[in-house]
Amino acid sequence: MKQEFPGYYTFWHKLGAYSLKFSAWLVLFFLIMPILVILPLSFNVEPYFTFTPGMVRLDPDAYSLRWYEAIVENDNWMLAIKNSFIVGIFATILATFFGTLAAVGLSSQYMPYKRLIMALLLSPMIVPLIIVAAGMFFFYTKFNLAGTYTGLIIAHAALGIPFVIITVTATLSGFDRSLYFAGLSMGSSPLKTFRDVVVPLIRPGVISGAMFAFVTSFDEVVLVLFLAGPGQRTIPRQMFSGLREQINPTILAVASLLILISILFLLTLEYLRRRSERLRGLEHIN
Amino acid sequence: MTPLTQINAEITTHPAGDLLTSEEVSLARRELRRKKLIALALVIPLLIFLFFTFVAPIGTMLYRSVYNPTVAELIPQTLSSLESWDGQGMPDKAVMSQMAADMKRLANLRKSGKLAESINRYLPGTSSVIKSTARKLRRKDDQKIISQGAEFLLAANDKWSQPEIWQALIKAGKVYTDGYFLTALDLERNDAGDIQQRTSTQIYIKLYAKTLRMALIITFMCLLLGYPLAYYLANAPSKTANMLMILVLLPFWTSLLVRTTAWIAMLQTNGVINSLLTSLHVISSPLEMLYTEFSTIIAMTHILLPFMILPLYSVMKGIDPSLMRAAMSMGAKPPSAFISVYFPNTLPGLSAGALLVFIISVGYYITPALVGGTDGQMISNIIAFHMQQSNNWGLAAALGSLLLVLILTLYWVYDRFVGASNIKLG
Amino acid sequence: MNIKKITTSLAISALMASTANAGELTVVSFGGAYGAAQKQHMLDPYTAKTGNKLLFEDYSGGIAEIKAQVEAGNIQWDVVDIEVIDLERACSEGLLELVPTSILSKGSDGSSAMDDFIPSALKNECGVGNIVWTIVYAYSEKTIGSTKPRSIGDFFNTSKIPGKRAMRKRPQVNLEWALIADGVPRDQVYKVLATEAGQARAFARLGTIKNDIVWFDSWSQVPQLLNDGGAVMGQSANGRIFNAIKKDGKPFKMVWDAHVYDLDVWAVVKGTKNKKLAFDFVNFATGTKPLSGMPDVAYGPTRKSSMALVDPAVIPDLPTSHLDQGVKADGIFWADYGESLGEKFNEWLLE
Repeated sequence: MKQEFPGYYTFWHKLGAYSLKFSAWLVLFFLIMPILVILPLSFNVEPYFTFTPGMVRLDPDAYSLRWYEAIVENDNWMLAIKNSFIVGIFATILATFFGTLAAVGLSSQYMPYKRLIMALLLSPMIVPLIIVAAGMFFFYTKFNLAGTYTGLIIAHAALGIPFVIITVTATLSGFDRSLYFAGLSMGSSPLKTFRDVVVPLIRPGVISGAMFAFVTSFDEVVLVLFLAGPGQRTIPRQMFSGLREQINPTILAVASLLILISILFLLTLEYLRRRSERLRGLEHIN
Repeated sequence: MTPLTQINAEITTHPAGDLLTSEEVSLARRELRRKKLIALALVIPLLIFLFFTFVAPIGTMLYRSVYNPTVAELIPQTLSSLESWDGQGMPDKAVMSQMAADMKRLANLRKSGKLAESINRYLPGTSSVIKSTARKLRRKDDQKIISQGAEFLLAANDKWSQPEIWQALIKAGKVYTDGYFLTALDLERNDAGDIQQRTSTQIYIKLYAKTLRMALIITFMCLLLGYPLAYYLANAPSKTANMLMILVLLPFWTSLLVRTTAWIAMLQTNGVINSLLTSLHVISSPLEMLYTEFSTIIAMTHILLPFMILPLYSVMKGIDPSLMRAAMSMGAKPPSAFISVYFPNTLPGLSAGALLVFIISVGYYITPALVGGTDGQMISNIIAFHMQQSNNWGLAAALGSLLLVLILTLYWVYDRFVGASNIKLG
Repeated sequence: MNIKKITTSLAISALMASTANAGELTVVSFGGAYGAAQKQHMLDPYTAKTGNKLLFEDYSGGIAEIKAQVEAGNIQWDVVDIEVIDLERACSEGLLELVPTSILSKGSDGSSAMDDFIPSALKNECGVGNIVWTIVYAYSEKTIGSTKPRSIGDFFNTSKIPGKRAMRKRPQVNLEWALIADGVPRDQVYKVLATEAGQARAFARLGTIKNDIVWFDSWSQVPQLLNDGGAVMGQSANGRIFNAIKKDGKPFKMVWDAHVYDLDVWAVVKGTKNKKLAFDFVNFATGTKPLSGMPDVAYGPTRKSSMALVDPAVIPDLPTSHLDQGVKADGIFWADYGESLGEKFNEWLLE
């Protein structure tokens, strides 16, 4: 790539700029390479985590779909996939419902003890999962919630709530209150104003919060290790035991599918972000 | 200012109500309280939900770290008869026979293992003494145990003649104990009841220190890698920056397990990096990279790097590029302009990112568990070990409580200086 | 998009999924080639015959997980395949249901269960013997070099054979081997290991190769480690190596010197809600026909009547053909010392 420099740049300026660019790309490479490595390896015909000479030669016989077939044929993987979606969806619904309500409350200028409550509500994101898991193991067992879908769902909902709160309060922080009062002054009822003016504005925040909550549950393994019974094992749990007990390229195939899902999520989120900025009229600022 | 805050401000600046009638003031106050209640009412369902799903469980864990009823429930009579013992030599024959009777009862209930395990925590090596003695007592006649229980004990194992095992019984028999916390801090009580350094192996303080050291290294690595990239992205044309940002966000959105799997594939003995280096003749025999502290640090740096880049990027984005130019036009050399002008402006993002990365890495479990081997284990892993492998839940709870205190302190600092709600999610 | 409809149907399906689990049985074993053989000869035929759904889980042995479930009152497993080395301890700590021998059916030749089973298979009241297996060590012809190991002494001799040794991360078997390598006669091992001096001796010997040990948790990791050069020698259940040689054509060799042989039993976790069903499964799985499938992975069946159905070609590979070189794992010893030595072992690891 050719780069334009201002005329007053010396050799050292240019060297600095180039080395900055070089190191930035190196870090980007570091970030993305491990993810890229997984994709071809998941088509390995051999049952190992390595590139075979055949793969390097691009010999078609060195590639196969056998590990993808293995997912479909394995009852445990299919159960895990089903469970991940069940737990993820219900945890997301709970987290989004409670989180959005609370976020609207927290955004009110009249909210008492705002900072303290905010810090408390966001703490599930900070407290180490092993502590949460140990506590829940004792507590949920007492209420017969360990080894049930309900237990796992509410546990994951608790973890997802901070994300909903952050994203929804962020959309509300840019929200121009005069819009709300304009609605009110034009004779519309508070509830209707809320529905017609506030809801469309926070919708992108709610959706991206819900997506964060879903991904949090979908990716969570520590609580599952402690709380779930064999009937509730999820995809990450299955991967975790696979990586510990028998490393097998089926995991790579699952990982590749998960990467596809994350790309999908990322694109949706990016779209939502731009839309939200447009809606809030922030576009020209950036 | 909205009308209401205006009123509110006036109420406070004019306590006597110079401008408003007292009726108006109380009306405004009521209105204010109503709004407060509405806001609170929106938050309360979540507070209740989180209390039951999250706060109370952690509270249970804290309680477990001091609550220790097992031994007191298993051998209540022996414990009460031990109260008269002076702590020197052997207890009375009657006490010992009582213990023998208790052990026989427990052996037949298949609970002697539980007792052995609990006592063993106070006096390592006692487990086999209790278990083998209980096995021998199992078939003895009850009458004989009452009359010659003490002899049976001494015949089964001469450890019963030493005061240590009886002192361990007394210590283990306390329903509320600071024993787990002492162990978690590598301390113990000596015979006189004073707290001292643990005489046998000391591991936990070392492990905490190691965890903090690893977290610091990871934070530093993230900073080292994240800063130039964030700088580059912040100063690149916005089209390029948006494109490249996806490369930062994709790993962020990719499952943790996937990224850890990737590092296993890269670092293992026959993995991608070793094969590459071997085929390039850089090395002749594969390097041992997986299952070490090194692999834990590199994989965790990779996983946590976006948490550093995002706040740095957003702060750098807000720095006016003309600032540097102005400094340089006033004669500052680029390095000194950077250090004295640009760098201080990035400190908010830097400290936010660094604190967050540090907080997360201190309590990390999954990656060390999968790629850490024996060397790369952190404090969370030992907590999991005591939860799942050694079943020493009290100690796990004590270690967890200490970790929680550490994390909450860091979180408090974060909230003070960054604000908890300013966590960047992309 | 009708979100309400989707949520309702999901709620219903989740509810159904959770109620369906009530009639299911969770069976836990070691996975890998062994698990595959059990699935083929025990679990699948059982489901085909009775229609009962089985959830088949892997674990890597030990009693910790069972203990956690029983002590917390959160029973998730019903039937567990457990090593006798752990069985005695689990049983004496009240973690397992007593399995009455009256539930066991006759052998296919009509002999009563008591006559048909080898005596050690029914010795413990908490489980029914399933296989006779053993722990050997193995190496790969590809990576071993010119000096080939032949004894336990060689396994502990890093100057004779340099390179990593894969060992299971627990004291059991490792300490026995360390003592044998240190010159303790095979029949004296447990007597010596019961003394403080003997334990110190075992750890000292193990310490001489500590830096060359790759620890693993699950048996499945060993063939992988031997294959990719992660270890030159590895402790393994004989069936895993047998399977890698026979099925995957790997150039592995087993060393039978001082192998530690043991039984695996089917046991039922204390307090399971599915006790009746669990017993029914244990009875089925230890029948003549299902047991006769175990030699697929070179494990000996515990019923005499099953031996008649075994391919004679596989008999030399069964642990029972090498008993003269072996040590019998002592379950009672490990019941008493498992905890103390486990603790010492973990501290030794961290030193």
